[in-house]
Amino acid sequence: MDTEEKNSLLRLRGIIKRFYIGQPNELQILNGIDMDVTRGEFVSIVGASGSGKTTLMNVIGLLDRPTFGKYFIDGLDIDLANDTELSFVRNQKIGFVFQTYNLVPKTNAIKNVELPMLYAGVPRKERTEKAEMLLEMVGMADRMKHMPEELSGGQKQRVAIARSLANDPAIILADEPTGALDSKTGRIVMDLFHKLNQEGKTILLITHSHELAEETQRIISISDGSITGERVVERPPLAKEGEACS
Amino acid sequence: MLLGENIRMAFTSLRANKSRALLTMLGIIIGIASVIAIMTVGNSLSNALTSSMQSLGASNISVYLTQKRVEEEKREDGIIFGTVETDPTATMEDLITLEMIQGMSEKFGDQIRAISINKSVTNDTVKVGTNSADISISGVSNGYFMGNNKELLAGTYFTDQEISGKKTAAIVSESMVKKLWEVDPQEAIGKDFEVTINETTMMLTVTGVYKQEENAMISLMISTATDVYIPLSLACDLMHNRLFASFDVVAGEGVDPTALSGQIKDYLSGFYRDNQFYTIDSFCMASMVESMGDMMGAVTKAISLVAGIALLVGGIGVMNIMLVSVTERTREIGTRKALGATNASIRLQFIIESMIICLIGGTIGVGLGLGLGALGAKLMGYAASPSLGSILGSLIFSMAIGLFFGYYPANKAAMMNPIEALRYE
Repeated sequence: MDTEEKNSLLRLRGIIKRFYIGQPNELQILNGIDMDVTRGEFVSIVGASGSGKTTLMNVIGLLDRPTFGKYFIDGLDIDLANDTELSFVRNQKIGFVFQTYNLVPKTNAIKNVELPMLYAGVPRKERTEKAEMLLEMVGMADRMKHMPEELSGGQKQRVAIARSLANDPAIILADEPTGALDSKTGRIVMDLFHKLNQEGKTILLITHSHELAEETQRIISISDGSITGERVVERPPLAKEGEACS
Repeated sequence: MLLGENIRMAFTSLRANKSRALLTMLGIIIGIASVIAIMTVGNSLSNALTSSMQSLGASNISVYLTQKRVEEEKREDGIIFGTVETDPTATMEDLITLEMIQGMSEKFGDQIRAISINKSVTNDTVKVGTNSADISISGVSNGYFMGNNKELLAGTYFTDQEISGKKTAAIVSESMVKKLWEVDPQEAIGKDFEVTINETTMMLTVTGVYKQEENAMISLMISTATDVYIPLSLACDLMHNRLFASFDVVAGEGVDPTALSGQIKDYLSGFYRDNQFYTIDSFCMASMVESMGDMMGAVTKAISLVAGIALLVGGIGVMNIMLVSVTERTREIGTRKALGATNASIRLQFIIESMIICLIGGTIGVGLGLGLGALGAKLMGYAASPSLGSILGSLIFSMAIGLFFGYYPANKAAMMNPIEALRYE
């Protein structure tokens, strides 16, 4: 129990999210989600569109607060944090990877990777060194000075992954990271996640694709705002294959 | 977050929208340029006026005999209305005596640097050989030379001995020396010439030659006669009186001439309390300069107000474009928030951006305004003198505009819901 407590990274209990509270069109999107993610796990949340998985991710990513329920991230009760503190937790504990990459326009790759460190107050030199290292790791060493507009989708997503790692976050939240990519570049991105997971990063993948979910260690299915199933994948064969390829 | 990074980000975003940034700045540029141009021209004009008045003697106070007014009405702005009693000519008893002047000199002591008295004696024509010159002789105190900025080219001012001993010394003009003896000023010292004053013919000896003011207008008008100055006491003896209708006082270093002028007037008016028609008045160039400066200041203020309205319009333009920019960059704002930007750092980013737009606009405006102002001053024939205070003030003011008009859009950006911002198309 003690080690379990220590290894627990995300702990969600009875998370309910309602919109338009008090209005005739009041809407409950999440109906009491209980969920845990432990350190070093590669977990996927699978659901069709409209299932509430995006709302769940917003809650997990501290972009939105639950209406009811308790949520602990790395032992921190988010009920007790104000907006500025939530910004700090987002900055330090969470690395976002979006389907649409969301690189800051007119800002080159290395500056984009530096951004989270900028908000963390990391000194310039250290920032640049770390960003270079991360871009090298995702195979973008030769495009550091490129603007987002000059990069392909796959390249943008690799820069985004490098950016998500900037402050050594406890968890990477990837929302449909391959959704806008073709299968080949999608593969490169997925392999990158496997590699990061093997290095010990906790990754939470939100996807509608069962195929991708099968690559992860544990699949949480969500439908109509409730968890409908949870399954540990016995052996993620593609991960090993991917590693063998690289 | 660091200020430097914000400034760098602001420049990045301005570079991305160069023409739009420039158009936005236009309002600020025009506003600031007009303020600076007006200030420069106004400053040049008032400097020119002040210096030309100063050359006439800003610390000089004219004291003169004047007729008493009746039914005086003094307006709030100091202008006095009133009629003058139908004039009886001033008689000997009405004139200012040397004793009054001496009394004044003793009373105000150090506040007075020099007393300039000029007693007109006579006009004459001097002949040396075949050469002749028309002269106008007057007796002066040594203070006269100081009060009228007359420089000597050769020789000396009157010595105490000449003043009191009634020596027949004379200080003459450069042109008279040329006309009569056709020599340089130095060689004229010691030369004698004959004059007739009050039916007394006498010899005067040149002890000094003064430099004539090269004023084309004046020399055209009175080119026929040049002034010859003799010691005041000699003049008094020749005219058999020690009475004057006016004289000048040069205020001492650091003394307020306007105040001294008033005190002198009050002091001397004391002697005229029982005089039915006459009294003493004084006039001081400094107060003229002051009121001129006040007037220029008022005009500058009025025009600056109009320029201020231009700046206000410019500021609204900046606010407008910042709102557009915030909307355009909604996704970027959402992304930044997801990456850990606090509301305060988003707000700071946009405020700095708007301040930089205004500061760049202000700087261009200052440059343009200085150019226009210099051109304007040159066309009017004055030396351009930009006012440093207004340059500094304009730059600070333009930043303040950026802050004021940037706050609302920046706050809008800061308060955005990150989820909606991230999904914004």
